[in-house]
Amino acid sequence: MKISFPGLHYGGGCTQPPRPGAPALRCNSAVHRYAGSDEDVLADVSFTVNIGERVALVGPNGAGKSTLLKAILGSEPLKGGEIEIFGHPAGRCRHCVAVAPQRSRVDWSFPVTVHQVVMMGRYAHMGWFKRPGRPDREAVEAALETMEIADLVNRQVGELSGGQQQRVMLARTLAQDADLLLLDEPLNHVDISTQEMIFHTLERLSARGKTAIVSTHDMGVLTVHFTRALFMDRRIIADGPPHEVLTPQTIARAYGFEFHKDYHPWTSSSNL
Amino acid sequence: MDFLLEPLTYGFVLRGLAGGLIAAAACAALSPFIVWRGMSFLGDALAHGVLPGIVGSYVLGISLFWGALGSSLLAVIGIGLIARGEKLNEDAAIGVVFAGFFALGILLLSKVAASADLSHILFGSILGVSSSDLILITAVTLGVLTLTFSSYKEIITASFDPSHAAAIGLSPALVRSIILIVLALTTVAALQTIGVVLVLALLVTPGAAASLVSQRLRSIILLSIVFAAASTLCGFYASYYIDLPSGPTIVLTLTLVFLLCASISRLQRRYRISRHPDLPV
Repeated sequence: MKISFPGLHYGGGCTQPPRPGAPALRCNSAVHRYAGSDEDVLADVSFTVNIGERVALVGPNGAGKSTLLKAILGSEPLKGGEIEIFGHPAGRCRHCVAVAPQRSRVDWSFPVTVHQVVMMGRYAHMGWFKRPGRPDREAVEAALETMEIADLVNRQVGELSGGQQQRVMLARTLAQDADLLLLDEPLNHVDISTQEMIFHTLERLSARGKTAIVSTHDMGVLTVHFTRALFMDRRIIADGPPHEVLTPQTIARAYGFEFHKDYHPWTSSSNL
Repeated sequence: MDFLLEPLTYGFVLRGLAGGLIAAAACAALSPFIVWRGMSFLGDALAHGVLPGIVGSYVLGISLFWGALGSSLLAVIGIGLIARGEKLNEDAAIGVVFAGFFALGILLLSKVAASADLSHILFGSILGVSSSDLILITAVTLGVLTLTFSSYKEIITASFDPSHAAAIGLSPALVRSIILIVLALTTVAALQTIGVVLVLALLVTPGAAASLVSQRLRSIILLSIVFAAASTLCGFYASYYIDLPSGPTIVLTLTLVFLLCASISRLQRRYRISRHPDLPV
């Protein structure tokens, strides 16, 4: 339990518009270690993401994917290095980054409706004591339409299926109208049609100049739906267009096992 | 009708009833948040943590309000420091602090303030509410309701998805601190009518019962207030006519309401399964 008052203020108008010419994200030698651990969870992570890219962040559990996303949000201060978003230090501009956290990090049993959750995206622009106005309601309606969940608007989020809940989270990031979207494992436990809709939406967003970073375990979707794949296991292991990066060697390195040339998933029993 | 109206002809009785209802409303409005955020045990610790402050302020001759508030805030800060500094689970820290504070309170009560009758603080005395008590209860309740409902959207955001709250710059720790302060204030306001030992029941049971029969936060809060107010009325009349202590009567009525709600929710679920066997329960 923390009792501290870091920044009483939130929301309000954007005071940090993107710096012209700055990349969407620049991560420079980011180092992070959790208190009580003797290993870095982020060890010298450096990469740059340009505006409009759709980046898949791939790696095993504990590879630091979620920590990296939190550091980009500015909610987990780094132990070393720096992260810049549109030319500003991470956490400076709260409007421009939206997050859809892993489903397990959200209290789905809390009694809120789909409309309330999607409206939470607008709170980034409102702040204390402000009530939603017409632009906020319109943004929420548009986001609900895009994710095809307008008919669920008054349902409790706890009653929805996993795919529907993921659509609600994505609708919230759309309603926030951010320029950089961080989606943490959005494809887990999600039906095929929702997956397709997520990819379709991301493609349309990137055509409009939005940038997305999506963490995933699912390597089958990389080549079709992403412009770039970033393999990480505490450090960057491979980085490039998915069809170039997606080699057995990279996968083996990222997932920490020896790759055997004679291994074939259909004919041989596993040596792994 | 006379049975119900007769007590209200006395000023002190009317005061007690008004104080009880107002304090119950404050507790009940907060109750759903305590229940849904899993803070029941912390609420208990806060409620018991006021005891040393009350005895202390009696000895020092200052207002009970400040003693109780200071003591419960100290308990919260102590819990926070232990949980963070000692790498203990928060519930262990709560247990340690809560027992320590309560024991200190009882010790002080038996030695330092042995001559005083503070049993009305322990168990509540709805008919002993003075005019200044009533003003205090009303002021605190207004403050609590204003604070809770003006930060309603922040509370639901930080409770539902702390990572989104942090992402938009709304500190979940700040929201939690607001709830804790409101909780401490409510506890102090409800002491006079329901007592230290049982105030937890007003903070937990109405919200828990209402959550069983409704899924919407707004109607849960409303129902919670209705349940608490109705139980306070029962406690009040029992106290007036058959000289039962108001605190336990209120709590037992609330417990009955909870059991009733639990049965209703079971029936609802069975009905839903028999009509729509394919829906998730």
